[in-house]
Amino acid sequence: MDQSISAASDEAISNRAFMSGNEAVARGAYDAGCKVAAAYPGTPSTEILEYTSQYKDMYSEWSVNEKVSLEVAIGASLAGSRAFCAMKHVGLNVASDALMTQTLVGVKGGLVIAVADDVGLSSSQNEQDSRFWGRFAHIPVLEPADSQETYDMVKYAFDLSEQFNTPVLLRMTTRVCHVKSVITSGNRVNKESLGFVKEQTRLVMTPANAKHRIPFMHQREATMRDFSNSECPLNTITPGTDTRIGYVTSGPAFLHVSESFPDAPVFKMGLSFPLPTEKIREFAATVDQLVVVEEIEPLVETELKAAGIKVIGKDILPLQGELAPNILRPAIAELLGEPIPQDLPEKRSGISVEVALPSLADDLFPRPPTMCVACPHLGIYYTLSKVKNTIISGDIGCYTLGSGHPWNAMDTCICMGASMGVALGLDKGRAPSDDNKSILAVIGDSTFMHMGMQGLLDITYNKGNVTILLLDNRAVGMTGGQENPGTGHNIHGEETQRIDFPKLCEALGVNPERIHQVNPYEMPTLFKAIRKEVKINEPSVIITNQPCVLVDYYKNKPSFEVIDDKCTGCTNCLDVGCPAIMVTRRETVTKPNGSTKELAFVRIESAVCTGCDLCPKTCGPDAILPIEGFTRD
Amino acid sequence: MTDLATTNILVAGIGGQGVMTAAEILAQTALAQGYDVKKTEVAGMAQRGGVVTSHVRFGEKVNSPAIPDGEADLIIGFEPAESARWLEQLKPGGVMLVNQNIQVPPIVNIGLFDYPDDPVASIVERGVEVHAFNATKIAQKIGNIRLVNTVMLGASSTHLPFSADILKEAIMARFRARKPKLVGINEQAFLAGQEAAAAS
Repeated sequence: MDQSISAASDEAISNRAFMSGNEAVARGAYDAGCKVAAAYPGTPSTEILEYTSQYKDMYSEWSVNEKVSLEVAIGASLAGSRAFCAMKHVGLNVASDALMTQTLVGVKGGLVIAVADDVGLSSSQNEQDSRFWGRFAHIPVLEPADSQETYDMVKYAFDLSEQFNTPVLLRMTTRVCHVKSVITSGNRVNKESLGFVKEQTRLVMTPANAKHRIPFMHQREATMRDFSNSECPLNTITPGTDTRIGYVTSGPAFLHVSESFPDAPVFKMGLSFPLPTEKIREFAATVDQLVVVEEIEPLVETELKAAGIKVIGKDILPLQGELAPNILRPAIAELLGEPIPQDLPEKRSGISVEVALPSLADDLFPRPPTMCVACPHLGIYYTLSKVKNTIISGDIGCYTLGSGHPWNAMDTCICMGASMGVALGLDKGRAPSDDNKSILAVIGDSTFMHMGMQGLLDITYNKGNVTILLLDNRAVGMTGGQENPGTGHNIHGEETQRIDFPKLCEALGVNPERIHQVNPYEMPTLFKAIRKEVKINEPSVIITNQPCVLVDYYKNKPSFEVIDDKCTGCTNCLDVGCPAIMVTRRETVTKPNGSTKELAFVRIESAVCTGCDLCPKTCGPDAILPIEGFTRD
Repeated sequence: MTDLATTNILVAGIGGQGVMTAAEILAQTALAQGYDVKKTEVAGMAQRGGVVTSHVRFGEKVNSPAIPDGEADLIIGFEPAESARWLEQLKPGGVMLVNQNIQVPPIVNIGLFDYPDDPVASIVERGVEVHAFNATKIAQKIGNIRLVNTVMLGASSTHLPFSADILKEAIMARFRARKPKLVGINEQAFLAGQEAAAAS
C-alpha cells in the first residue's frame, strides 16, 4: 500500500482544480478505479453521484433507496470490482441492515461507503453522528476535512478496504460536501475485476456460517486498531508553541480549531475509528490539558476517558451543530480563565465589545424556504387546507413545506415513507373523539418508491381507512430534480421504463375504483375527489400528475396580472401561498355589525408568474387575468 | 499575489437570486490570482425563496471555510433585509454593498410579519460604509434582469485586494467561453455597478 496519501506526490500528470467535497469524492472514486457507484439523492450528498455519472467508463445509478444502493455496491464488490455508494446520514439508517451483515462477509473488490452528516440540519429531519456505525459495524471510519483530503482519503479507503477485508466508511459533513477548495488530482488507475468466486461459508450468512465470521470481524478490528496506532499516515500531529491546550479533532472541526488556535498543538484523526488511543496518550503527555473537538457525539471523548486519558470535551462544547470558531473561541477562553466581557454575546469574543457591529437579525422577519411560483403542490395544499376535520400524515420532500403557512396542512412528518404506516396507525389507534376525522397521507413519487410502497401494502392488507395523496411531480424535487423510476429516465437522462403509478397501487391491493388521477391545478376537481374518498371506508389513492416547475419540459403560459379596480382585498389568493403574489396595501374595514376585517390588495410579479392559473380560481371578482399580448424574453 | 491576509466576503440573498454564482466567480478569480481559496454554501432546504449565503475566503492559507462572526471584510447583499440580517458578520470598518430592490416573502404578504421600513438606514446608522443602489433596475435598464449578478460584482470590484479589471476580465472570459453574445451587456452591467457603488 502506498503510505504517502498526498495526491501531489503522484507520478501521474496532476490536475489542479477548485472542487467541492462532493466532486472530490466522486473524482477520488473514479481515480481509484471504482467500477460501480450507486446512491439515492439526499442533501448534502446528492451531487456525488451526479459527478460520478459524468465518468463514462464507470457505472453510476440512482437507486430507489439507500439500502438498495449499498446492496448494489456489495454485489459489485463480490463480483471483484471496486464499488462505492453514497448517502446522507439518515440514508445509512435505511442501509444499515445490509451493512451490519456485510461487515461479517468483508469485501472482494474494495467497498467504500460515503456518508454525509448534515451537521446543523440545513436540510434534514434530524442530526446524527454516523461515526457510531463504525463502532456498531466494526468497520473503519475516515474523516476528511476538505476537498483535497476527501479526494486522497477515498482513494486510500479503497486500498484499506482490500488490505483489511472490510467495508470502509468515509464520514463527510455538510461543511465538507458543500465547500469548494483547491485540489490536485491524479489519473484513473485501471483496476481489473477479480471475478466472482463461490465461497458459501463466507458469502451465505446463515447462522452457522455467520457465527464463524464474528471472530474474524473482531480480529480485523484489533488489527486495524494497531494500524491506527502505528503506521497509519492519516493520524497526524500539527505541532504548536502554546501547549496549555492540545486538541484532538477530526473532519472540518480540525479546520475550525486551526482557525481559532493557530499556535496550539493539534492531533488530527484522519482514521478516527479504530481510535489511535495510544498515539493520543503520547500526545497528551506533551500538553497541559487535552480538549476533544468532535462534531455531534462525545465518541472519542468517551473512549479516551475509558482508556484513562484525562480529556475535556462536551462538558464545555455543545452536543449539536458545527464547532465553528464562534463556538470554540469563547469556550476555550473560559476554560483558560481568560476574560470574556459579560455583556458580549458569547460568539463575539474575537472582537472587543466597543466596536463590534450588533445583530439586526432578531428584529427581522424570518425567510423560510418557499414553494416555487406555480408549484403543483400549491394547488394540493390550498385544497387540503379547505378540507375540514382531517389528520394529515406527511412525508419527506418539498411538500413537507405544506406544514407551514399559509396552508398548515400537514400534521406529522418523521422519515422517508413514514406517512403510510403512521396514517394506518392513526386510523387503528384513533380515539372515539377522533371518529369524525379523516386520516390522509401525503407522499411524493420518489419517496413512495423509496420506502412508501411497503407502507401502502400494509394499509391495504390490514384494511386501513386512509386516503392517500400521491404527489407525482416526476422528479426528486427537493434535491434538485433528479431522475427516478417514475420519470422514465436514468441518471444519464437516457430513457428507461416509466413506472405506472395507478397499476402499481392496484398491484399493492388498492381497489381500482379507489384510484384517481387528478390535475392538481384543477382544484375543484381535486377537492371533490378528496371529499368523496375520505367518506369511503377503504384505502384510496389520489395521484396528482403535473410535473415539478423546475423540470426542463415544464411549459410557461402568459403571466397574470391583477386588475386594480376589481381587487376587493379579500386575501383568498394569498391562501395559495404563491411567492409571486405581493400585497400592495392593507386596509381595515368595519362591517355593519361592528366587527372589523383586514383587507389586503395585491399585485402579481409578472416577471416570475408562469400563468399556472391557480390563483384566478380563488378570485371571486375575477380580478386576476392573463396579461394581453404578454411575451417572455 | 497582492495581500497575504485572508479576505472574507459574504454574499447574501435569497435562493434563486444568483448568490452562489456571484460567489463562484469571486472565488475563481481569487484562485486565478494564486490565492488559497475556500468557498462555502449555506442554504436551507429546497433552496428556493429561503435565506442563502455563500462565504468566500482567500489568502495565503485559509483554514475554516466559514467566515468567523464579525470578520467579513465585505458583504454583498442582494436584497435590503437580507443585507441587514448579516450586519453582525461584518468586520468593524468593513463595507456593505446593497441591492435596494426589495423582495417581500409570502410570510410577510400573508400578514404574519412586517417588512422593516428601511433596512439600509438601520445599517447606515451604525456607522457602516454602505453603498446601496437598485441593481435590479440597473439590470432591467440594460436589458436583462439576470444581469443583477454582474452589476453587484461590478460594485464589489473596487473593494477587493486585486484590481477591478482582473474581476471584470474574469467575468468577460467566462461569458466569452459560454455565451459570447452576452459579453457586451455584461461589460455594461459591470461598469454600471461600479459607477452605482461609487455614486452611493
